[in-house]
Amino acid sequence: MAKSNKPIFWGLFAAGGTVTAFVTPALVLVTLFAAMRFNMDMFTYDSIHAFAGWWLGKLIIFGVILVSLWHAAHRLRVTVHDFGIRADKQVAIVVYSLAGLGTLLTLIHLLNI
Amino acid sequence: MNSKPYVREVSKTTWFMSHPRYKRYMAREVTCIFIFAYTFLLIWGLGCLADSRESFDAFVQALGSPLGVLFNVVVLIATVYHSMSWFDVTPQAMPIQIGEEFVAGNIIVNAHYGAWAVVSLIILFWGM
Amino acid sequence: MSELQKRQIQLEVLRYNPETDTAPRYQTYSVPCLEEWVVLDALNYIKDHLDPTLSYRWSCHMAVCGSCGMMVNGEPKLACKAFIHEYQEGQIKVEPMANFPIERDLVTSVEDFITKLASVKPYLIPKEDKPVSAGEFKQTPAELKKFKQYTLCINCMLCYAACPQYALVPEFLGPAAISMAHRYNQDSRDGGRDQRQEVIASDEGVWECSFVGACSEVCPKHVDPAGALQQVKVASTIDWYKEHLMPWMKK
Repeated sequence: MAKSNKPIFWGLFAAGGTVTAFVTPALVLVTLFAAMRFNMDMFTYDSIHAFAGWWLGKLIIFGVILVSLWHAAHRLRVTVHDFGIRADKQVAIVVYSLAGLGTLLTLIHLLNI
Repeated sequence: MNSKPYVREVSKTTWFMSHPRYKRYMAREVTCIFIFAYTFLLIWGLGCLADSRESFDAFVQALGSPLGVLFNVVVLIATVYHSMSWFDVTPQAMPIQIGEEFVAGNIIVNAHYGAWAVVSLIILFWGM
Repeated sequence: MSELQKRQIQLEVLRYNPETDTAPRYQTYSVPCLEEWVVLDALNYIKDHLDPTLSYRWSCHMAVCGSCGMMVNGEPKLACKAFIHEYQEGQIKVEPMANFPIERDLVTSVEDFITKLASVKPYLIPKEDKPVSAGEFKQTPAELKKFKQYTLCINCMLCYAACPQYALVPEFLGPAAISMAHRYNQDSRDGGRDQRQEVIASDEGVWECSFVGACSEVCPKHVDPAGALQQVKVASTIDWYKEHLMPWMKK
């Protein structure tokens, strides 16, 4: 039995699971409040743009999105298997490509701010 | 030696329906679909932010549509379930030994819930 | 002497005779149970008074030998630890442990588990050869505590009966085997972790686990195999990064 390469994905899954556990609920509240037009002066275009313009803000946004993507992707790979679909290699390619695409888009957007 | 052992088949698609603990596990696992989708929503918003003020305003408008609100509510439920299930198992995955004894599991879990509250408040009141 | 409290319990027991049956069937027995009885007592009553052909494994009757693992109302349990008073409805279904081939009645084949357990080298592999004259291994209470919990496994295999990944992926090493590897890896006297990693850090090893946690829920000795497996994942991940980012580092 050869040693698996799963650690690389699992490490990101674990990091992402931890980060999303702490920050995602609050983030969803932010977008939910924005959606419901609740307290509109809380998160304005200017304040968010300023945060994303700050080098540390960029780093934080990139970090959170990166681990969120790779956490969800790896868990989805396992979940698809749990639902009985036996095509792990293909599923892995699809989910990790999606995460890769998301990573790339994030990078591009952040560099454009 | 038995030449005819009987092997019971397990359905690979419906196995989790046989017990509440498996259903809870699957509920925890499918939260990833919503977190994945939400992250792409954030990326879309980031793109609008990078594009222009008008783009971003349109994004916020879209968030406010009935579908947008529903999506956020569903994601909120999923992500809270993810957080709670994640914190609850942390002591198993990362036991902390101080001296001879291990730190009690509920101390680790409560510390996580506390930190979650603090981090959430920081995020929510960042704009102020 | 007053009549002891008895309750008539219907036990629906899976029967399978490989010599005559093509598939298992259920047979119901009506058993007068004392309130403090366990399912094993009811099975012994059946064997002694109702049906001597019923086959099942048991030994200590006190949850230390690990022999009497069964499915009681669909839940992996030791028959000697499944108390009749927990089943107030009066109907109890008894089946052989899930995810194992049925040999006969409630007896399952344990070959797969034994092979897997042996494959993780579940014994002390000292860091260096130390002759007896050099004295004993010294270990602090803290060092002992680090692995003590994982020594409590009685190899009852209930965790395998509960684990859906073992059910769906028969190659999976499984909770008890990997926890046993972890027990030795955590032992300060041991130096065999690298050897065990070859087996437990494979795809069929710890990486088949998705932390369902059912194993720890059913473990009668509170070993927490799920916890052990996650700790193995963490350690294996750190290993992976060390090997790939710092290949020059000697282990």
